[in-house]
Amino acid sequence: MSEELVLNVSDLKFTYGDKQIVDISEFALKSGQSMAVIGPSGCGKTTFLHLLAGLLSPGAGTIQILGQELSQLSLSALDRFRGQNMGMVFQRLFLMPALTVRQNIELAQKMARVDVDVQAVDRLLTELGIQDLSDRKPKMLSQGQAQRVAIARALVHRPALVLADEPTSALDNDRAEDALSLLKHSAETAGASLVVVTHDERVRGKLDSEFEMEAIV
Amino acid sequence: MTWLRLALANLTLSPLTTLVNVLLMALGTASIVLLLLASTQLRETMSRDAKGIDLVLGAQGSPVQLILSAVYHADIPPGNIPLSETEQWAEDPRIGLAVPMSLGDSYLGFRIVGTTHDYVDLYGGEVIAGQLWGESMQAVVGANVAQAANLSLGSTFAGAHGLVDGGHEHDDQTYRVVGILEPTGNVLDRLVLTSLESVWELHDESGHDHAHEDDHAHEDEHDDHAHEEDEHGHEDEHESHAHEEDEHAHEDEHEGHAHEEDEHAHEDEHEDHAHEADEHAQEDEHEDHAHEADEHAHEDEHEGHPHEADEHAHEDEHDDHADEEGEHAHEGEHDGHAHEEEDHGTHDANTEITAMLLSYNTPLAAMTLPREVNAGGVLQAAAPAMEISRLLQLVGVGISALGAFAWVLVATAALSIFAALYGSLRSRRGELAMLRCLGATRAELLTYLIVEGLLMTFAGVILGVLVGHLAMELLGIWVADTRGMTLTGLIWIADEFLLVAGLFLVGVLSAIVPAIQAYNTDVATTLLEA
Repeated sequence: MSEELVLNVSDLKFTYGDKQIVDISEFALKSGQSMAVIGPSGCGKTTFLHLLAGLLSPGAGTIQILGQELSQLSLSALDRFRGQNMGMVFQRLFLMPALTVRQNIELAQKMARVDVDVQAVDRLLTELGIQDLSDRKPKMLSQGQAQRVAIARALVHRPALVLADEPTSALDNDRAEDALSLLKHSAETAGASLVVVTHDERVRGKLDSEFEMEAIV
Repeated sequence: MTWLRLALANLTLSPLTTLVNVLLMALGTASIVLLLLASTQLRETMSRDAKGIDLVLGAQGSPVQLILSAVYHADIPPGNIPLSETEQWAEDPRIGLAVPMSLGDSYLGFRIVGTTHDYVDLYGGEVIAGQLWGESMQAVVGANVAQAANLSLGSTFAGAHGLVDGGHEHDDQTYRVVGILEPTGNVLDRLVLTSLESVWELHDESGHDHAHEDDHAHEDEHDDHAHEEDEHGHEDEHESHAHEEDEHAHEDEHEGHAHEEDEHAHEDEHEDHAHEADEHAQEDEHEDHAHEADEHAHEDEHEGHPHEADEHAHEDEHDDHADEEGEHAHEGEHDGHAHEEEDHGTHDANTEITAMLLSYNTPLAAMTLPREVNAGGVLQAAAPAMEISRLLQLVGVGISALGAFAWVLVATAALSIFAALYGSLRSRRGELAMLRCLGATRAELLTYLIVEGLLMTFAGVILGVLVGHLAMELLGIWVADTRGMTLTGLIWIADEFLLVAGLFLVGVLSAIVPAIQAYNTDVATTLLEA
């Protein structure tokens, strides 16, 4: 296994009841690379992303992140591993409504059990153009501004892998392109690998590589 | 710390809900704290004031009333008793200490107690200025009395009839303060102490006036006997020697005495009546037994010496009421002879006290002595420990009911906190799932919800404890104004710490179900549903 390999999946299967949802024989991603996982709705993309994040346990196969086999970790250890090594962005952003923009971003550092790096937060706020919004609560942000905060939260603790689920689905063309390029650029800047699962065809050609998923009949 | 801040921040999202929950918890906590402080201090005060007193001898009647009046000075006495009747018990080898006391007057609402120096020793009193009384009409005042009445050594004051403020003052004879006691924290602080002789002499001196006022009071209040008593009053005023009227007077005493005593007792309960009635009631406290003796004396007279009785009745018209009773008693004892000698009756035979406080020499005395005293039929023996225990059991029912109500308030608060947390879970499921994605463990989510419940509980409990103590202090000020027991909110009792711990447990319990729900959050499903 190459040391540059951040993510390595083999013979991954997941069934829900009697129905097989995910069946992926090989999937790998090197450090700093970005990959789009594209497929129609219901093909198991999100389930695959949840398996990569350790939120679901596979029925068969292995998932290694930074060489760590996820199934070997206890539930709480897996939670900590996820917090320290992964960043996640969802279509719904789930910012903490009681916290300010800055506090939301710092929360990711705290959850990752790393010291709060104010400079890193400031840098991200500046890079994402939301430095003036740092004291605002999420309800005072536009969708685009909130998405930038979510991206900053996913990157602030310098994870090796960023997983994004349908980050552009609810956005118009201009905003979708902005969001995707922002996510890619930020991940590159942070030195993180990026996996984007989406059914949004507008993502095609925007990332380093693509992985097609089809619904299992 | 992260979870504490996050929980705190989250509570600010629904300030009204949080405020209601905190106030509900505060209300319940304050109620419990108030009850705890009041009942604890009540028990401590009662125990402190009765320390060293094993038995109280007094007039027959309610034993609780006897204890409340003689030990705690919180009620009027059931009556007076002949000092001579108590002597055999005071000298009983089973008795270590016997302290007689005589009540009847007060100064600015503070009771004047005629007693011996042993009374001060019994309560552990120490003279901080001056000395204990030596002569008649010398007074030693408790610390609270000295402060409230602004009395110092050499101050003089006139006692007032009755055990509460507002009675007729003995203007003609004043007490002189010769000593001030240091604070003891017990009943001694709010008493004026003097010799037994002072009380006896004062009432002998003032007997004439009060006898007249007594008659007027009877005329006013005993409508059904107005005619008879009116006649009796005229006898006194016009010095009539009509034989028929004398008979009326005796009929009055025979036929109306029980009724009179009932009404006297009724008056005793309402000492804030007009002066005459008040004075009359106070005299009754001293004279209940004298009336009985009086009655017996007259019976003797009617049976064998009607003329002597007539003569005696005429003498009544000239003598004061106290002398009158003394004479009657003597007549009863000596078959109605020797009138002239009884005009100067001595204290030995007729002197009365209100109660006698006894300490046992041996615990075995508790088994036999009260029964022996009560079997005598003249005196009543009541044990403070037993009576107060009985009283507290009665009061305890009320305290328990109030306590139960307070705990219902706490339970309501707990349910409200539960409802707030549980209700918010649905809208917060995505937030909780996101926290797991960020690296929070399930145990941390459990902690997060419990901390949130505990924060509301903590705020409510702290506020409640403060309000409870403040309310107790205000209640204490009010109670002090009414000359009752000393209560304060500026103390902490060990049970409060248990209470706070218990309430925090309630807070945890109220949050535990929502917290377990958070713990079991299925992140993947939640994110999919979102």
